[in-house]
Amino acid sequence: MGRKLLLDKAHIENIRLYDVYRREGGYRSVEKALKTMTPDAVTEEVKKSGLRGRGGAGFPTGMKWSFLAKPEGVPRYLVVNADESEPGTFKDRYLMEFIPHLLIEGMITSSFALGASRSYIYIRGEYAWIVDILEQAIQEAKNNGFLGKNILGTGYDLEIYVQRGAGAYICGEETALLESLEGKRGNPRIKPPFPAVKGLWGCPTVVNNVETIAAVVPIINEGGDEYAKIGVGKSTGTKLISACGNIKQQGVYEIDMTISVEEFIYSDEYCGGIANGRQLKACIPGGSSVPILPANLLLKTAKGEPRMMNYESLADGGFATGSMMGSGGFIVLDDTQCVVKHTYTLARFYRHESCGQCSPCREGTGWMEKILLKIDSGKGSMSDIDLLWDIQRKIEGNTICPLGDAAAWPVAAAIRHFRDEFEWHINNPEDCLRKNYGLAGYADELKIPVLDA
Amino acid sequence: MADEVKQEAPVNFKVTIDNITIEVAPGTTVLNAARQIGGDVTPPAMCYYSKLEGSGGKCRTCLVEIAAGSEKDPRPMPKLMASCRTTVMDGMVVKNITSERVQDARAGVVEFLLLNHPLDCPICDQAGECHLQDLGYDHGKEGTRYEFKRRTFEKEDIGPFIQLHMTRCILCYRCTYVADQLTDKRVHGILDRGDHAEISTYISKAIDNDFSGNMIDVCPVGALTDKTFRFKNRVWFTKPVDAHRDCDKCCGKVTLWNRGDEVLRVTARKDTWGEVQSYDNKPGWICNTCRFDKKKTSDWVIEGVTNINRHSVIAQNKYNGLVVPKETITDVMGGRDPKLLMDIHDVSDVNDPSIDLSLIEGPATSKTFEKKEE
Ligand SMILES: Cc1cc2nc3c(=O)[nH]c(=O)nc-3n(C[C@H](O)[C@H](O)[C@H](O)COP(=O)(O)O)c2cc1C
Ligand code: SF4
Ligand code: SF4
Ligand code: FES
Repeated sequence: MGRKLLLDKAHIENIRLYDVYRREGGYRSVEKALKTMTPDAVTEEVKKSGLRGRGGAGFPTGMKWSFLAKPEGVPRYLVVNADESEPGTFKDRYLMEFIPHLLIEGMITSSFALGASRSYIYIRGEYAWIVDILEQAIQEAKNNGFLGKNILGTGYDLEIYVQRGAGAYICGEETALLESLEGKRGNPRIKPPFPAVKGLWGCPTVVNNVETIAAVVPIINEGGDEYAKIGVGKSTGTKLISACGNIKQQGVYEIDMTISVEEFIYSDEYCGGIANGRQLKACIPGGSSVPILPANLLLKTAKGEPRMMNYESLADGGFATGSMMGSGGFIVLDDTQCVVKHTYTLARFYRHESCGQCSPCREGTGWMEKILLKIDSGKGSMSDIDLLWDIQRKIEGNTICPLGDAAAWPVAAAIRHFRDEFEWHINNPEDCLRKNYGLAGYADELKIPVLDA
Repeated sequence: MADEVKQEAPVNFKVTIDNITIEVAPGTTVLNAARQIGGDVTPPAMCYYSKLEGSGGKCRTCLVEIAAGSEKDPRPMPKLMASCRTTVMDGMVVKNITSERVQDARAGVVEFLLLNHPLDCPICDQAGECHLQDLGYDHGKEGTRYEFKRRTFEKEDIGPFIQLHMTRCILCYRCTYVADQLTDKRVHGILDRGDHAEISTYISKAIDNDFSGNMIDVCPVGALTDKTFRFKNRVWFTKPVDAHRDCDKCCGKVTLWNRGDEVLRVTARKDTWGEVQSYDNKPGWICNTCRFDKKKTSDWVIEGVTNINRHSVIAQNKYNGLVVPKETITDVMGGRDPKLLMDIHDVSDVNDPSIDLSLIEGPATSKTFEKKEE
């Protein structure tokens, strides 16, 4: 059984309340940091821990913190990204719902390191009830001297505010989030300047994911070096994975990144295998934006080595034969699922969520959606596949924010690995409305269907 | 001299664009550096507007390849960059027309911009001075690969003088910056998002502000047009003359678009890049009184014929015999033919390339074209 650092206490009764959380050892990291460490020393521990951002991009957190500009007399902010709107990702929700004080504790310690005296949680609008949970936790922390003025008598002041979004995926992109937090339309900003220099209200700002900030608690409690011993290579510590789709046990799992994808899917400790006696066809291992992989490439890398649940191994082979850890939204498809329809569903999502600022994303996402619907409804032609490929290629890398890439990648990967399923739809316009292409050769040992279209 | 202030010599940055090296002041964007060189190496810009703070970065037509970041760090940048929002570094090497990647991406952007565009140039007041039309001619393909129904919107009034034809809008955001930066009470902006986003006035509030008319001038397409000029004439029929009047609200320097002695339209004066001209580094925005109310020649002191040196359809003969569409997309257009990609001279007899407007004495009148109009 792998080590748990974030969710080990999540199921203790009433851990949501301050008294229980505190009795179980909560808020030790705040005491340690504020009373015995300098802000820079806290940052140093986070650097040593090798912690990488859990929001999707996997950027080293300690490095991000050290980029924060520190001009005299200008406030700095920590903003926690709790927008969690990526299809397939629901880990932050779990953490905030069950053990909200872990986030608040992580925020106090992190804000101290960054020199922020006001910090924000920007939470997706649909998580309305979690706002109440967080606000109660904040109030309790305040009542017990962990927030407000002169925390623990150390002279450090901090207030935490919770702000609800209004239901836009794009507001999870850090600069769109800041715009929205400022009360404006949530359009991503053009970078540079980066938030570390000009963020919230033009001041230096760090934006981190909920899980990232929660992980600061065990890092400070146990020390960065200890944390770095867990995991493998540059994938240190533990990672929350929200698993969903055609598996027996959907849910949020904390893994230590040393297990294989195969073990994660089939062991009873985690997903418990494919549900209803079906077979694994494909999987999106890191949230809807990352490339989909057929079963064979998911379980083994192109080199034939077992694929592991960590940043490096999931990305092994690049986009040609690999995928990404992303936000840890693990979506499993069995042999009754249609990759064309699935890709269409994602394309529809991205079209709907594009902010519309830049032309490739605004126009391209809608175009891809229409073509995919056409193919899915048996009206496609072979040239549509190449057209889709060309459109995604012209979006990727040419937009203001990564939503354009996020919309392009799933389409590219679906064509790259499942081109025969697309062709089957086109060649069988009647059948494709009633039947399913099924597993085909996607789990075959030898077949590695890589197409450089 | 003892009290001579030791001034640091202004250090300029060297930047090479398409193999042409120039020196520019630090802080200059790649686009503005390219404009200093001029000609073909200047990327097209559909959303950037030098006089509107914060504009640019959105349309992606100005993407360029940064082949070397700077003297100190000569690594190339992995992604194409929006030249309007990328500042030059000393020793930067930029590829625009010499980069295949750029040409490919730009053709993609042009296709995206035209995807949902109605291509109704024959009935659009902007035709002849439309930046999208120019862009289509310069970088577009002969046909579209889009075979779905195009997005349409209802026409809307933005105040008494401005017509919004959202279907033509390319969401460059320029007009919202005008609303933000030139008018005091902003009631106009962008609603909704993605390909369903639209420019609108909040709850159909009319815009009545002295400077709102400048939205028309900044709009690169025919989405915002002057209601007092609507359907009065084609721009290539009219004769532009520079004129001024004493105005207590604005600079009073304008271009009159005349037909005979009649003033059909008043606009701000435009520079080579199609932007409002600056005087003493101040943008020459004009007020609504000058634009909409002063429609008599006697209201104005005429300075002389405007020299249109903008690279545009209106600079006649430029597109003579250029592109003829191969495929028709009449079904997509609901039975209508697309006109944008055709040779404008074929479509319109009145714009006969054998008649050089700039050689005509005085304003062009209908008599100028009589031979053609049987
Ligand atoms: C379209 C889009 C949506 C995003 N949504 C989220 C989100 O819901 N939660 C999140 O933590 N990061 C999200 N991100 C990533 C953030 O921009 C940012 O990288 C992240 O919050 C940084 O935190 P980290 O370094 O702790 O991962 C999104 C990015 C994009 C482009
Ligand atoms: S890529 Fe899409 S979501 Fe991102 S800024 Fe451009 S239009 Fe908006
Ligand atoms: S109406 Fe014109 S100026 Fe305004 S966003 Fe659309 S194209 Fe740009
Ligand atoms: S002009 Fe640079 S992106 Fe539009």
